[in-house]
Amino acid sequence: MTATPTFSDDAGVMSDTRRIRAALGPAALANRRALEKKYPDIFEGSRRNRVLTVAIVVTLTALLLYAFVRLEFSLAKIGGGIGQLIHFVTLMFPPSPGTWPRFHLFLDGLGETLAIAFLGTLAAAILAFPIGFLAAKNVVPARLFQLGTRRFLDTVRGVDTLIWALIWINVVGLGPFAGVLAIMTSDFGAFGKLFSEAIEAVDRKPIEGVTASGGSNLARIRFGILPQILPVIAGQVLYYFESNTRSATIIGIVGAGGIGLHLSEAIRTLEWQQVSFLVLMILVAVAIIDQISARVRFAIIGERRLET
Amino acid sequence: MSSTVTPLPSERLAPLTRAYAEAASSRRRRTMVGAAVVAVAVLVAALQADVEPLKFWNNLGAFGGYFVRLAHFDSGDYLGRVVLSHPGEWMWGLARWTRLLVDTLLIAYAGTLLGALGGFVVSFYAARNLARTGWLRWSAVRFLEFCRTVPELVFALIFVFAFGLGALPGVLALAIHTMGALGKLFTEVVENADMRPVEGVTASGGSWTQTIRFAVLPQVLSNFVSYTLLRFEINVRGASVMGFVGAGGIGVDLMEAIRKFYYADVSAMLVLLIATVMVIDYGTEALRHRLIGREAAR
Repeated sequence: MTATPTFSDDAGVMSDTRRIRAALGPAALANRRALEKKYPDIFEGSRRNRVLTVAIVVTLTALLLYAFVRLEFSLAKIGGGIGQLIHFVTLMFPPSPGTWPRFHLFLDGLGETLAIAFLGTLAAAILAFPIGFLAAKNVVPARLFQLGTRRFLDTVRGVDTLIWALIWINVVGLGPFAGVLAIMTSDFGAFGKLFSEAIEAVDRKPIEGVTASGGSNLARIRFGILPQILPVIAGQVLYYFESNTRSATIIGIVGAGGIGLHLSEAIRTLEWQQVSFLVLMILVAVAIIDQISARVRFAIIGERRLET
Repeated sequence: MSSTVTPLPSERLAPLTRAYAEAASSRRRRTMVGAAVVAVAVLVAALQADVEPLKFWNNLGAFGGYFVRLAHFDSGDYLGRVVLSHPGEWMWGLARWTRLLVDTLLIAYAGTLLGALGGFVVSFYAARNLARTGWLRWSAVRFLEFCRTVPELVFALIFVFAFGLGALPGVLALAIHTMGALGKLFTEVVENADMRPVEGVTASGGSWTQTIRFAVLPQVLSNFVSYTLLRFEINVRGASVMGFVGAGGIGVDLMEAIRKFYYADVSAMLVLLIATVMVIDYGTEALRHRLIGREAAR
């Protein structure tokens, strides 16, 4: 890395600036009225912007203060909580699982979490693949139908993964399988939208080529659209797999399997050393998955670059 | 129209067809290997996650049935009737749920704003082109990474024990996670900023803070706002489940209703929640488009 600019408050430079400003500033300010008359655009514009900025800042701050009051924030609560938090953090060191059998239990939970994320993402992608085509306006030109599909996907997306997890627990019972289904359902909405957008963004020329050489509707999709969207879709699926490893760590909190179950148990029983150990395990696992997935994603996108 | 295609002599055609077949089969082989790897991974994962296709198949009807039950009253005078036939009875708790929804939105708002402010400050220390010392930049980057990798619900669970039940731990958990996520995006925006204004301000004697205020901020602010609005959308969904661990909002009531099988209440709250999320999505999208439009017009 070369030429990293450094900013030092060099006293000499600063005092020079100050001297020049001291000498020229009053003269410029004395002439301000004439300047304002001469360049009305500049002064009017900046004044309006300034008023707008102040108005926005005041509104945002007022809303924040209203939120604090309504949500019953108090300095005593915050202070006491921070004291408690520092106490907890000191109890977290050194991170330790306690016993060996428990470490194996944690590892098993982590494996379960990865399995949930993997299966959930894959199942969602497979389910969303045909829906993506149905919701794309260059495949199904019926406007009303497309609007309906989109609203349906939006509805699915509007419900958080954890809510889906609770619903699936009512259906298939407690355990990791409910977690898989929860991730599948909530990602189905996201994938459907992303896939249909990818399909709408394809280049028309290959499709026209297939049509011109006598291809059927299916051939148009298989040879005209699919080669263009597969790398995009694969990239998106891998990206969601990464982010799902994160969400899969928490669905255990409501009883849908994975390491979250152990984590919430450790927090609820105030076993702080185990908490910090579990958090470390999650951090390491997520970092590894990120690395692998980034490499695979790069390989896929790199391949596409070679082809074009 | 007569087309005259002279076929290549077979001694020249043979290597070409062979090469084509080889290329096609090597591609096919790669696809097969990839499919096999995925299949093995699915098998291993399915064993690990106790997937029971038979149970799933048997209960699939129950999943559909669940939604049918959601659409009917589960108790009271109208037992078994479709909820839409008596909207007043269905939305009996409208006042309470609206209050909880407003709480949820305020949790998302406060968490997003506080997190964005934190990310705003840290991003200038984490950006490669503005960082003054290596170790400070390193710790800023690691700090942001930690904040965004630990899920917000884990922070919330811990904070509930430290700060007590209520919205405060929810806001703090969202703020910390938002700081990590937005801090990273802000850092990337700052790193992509044009360095010429920075050089100009430095050359005319501006301090580090002045450089940021007059050279960097005008370039990055609209992007910052756009990302923050996107994050607000995400945080509204996040705030809706904060109640699952006792950290405020509509999640407390929703979880209780789901766990106790109060189907009509569940569907009423879900409908309100989905409607709110959609309104927020459209609102922020319109705002962002106006922002980008103004940027383009400049």
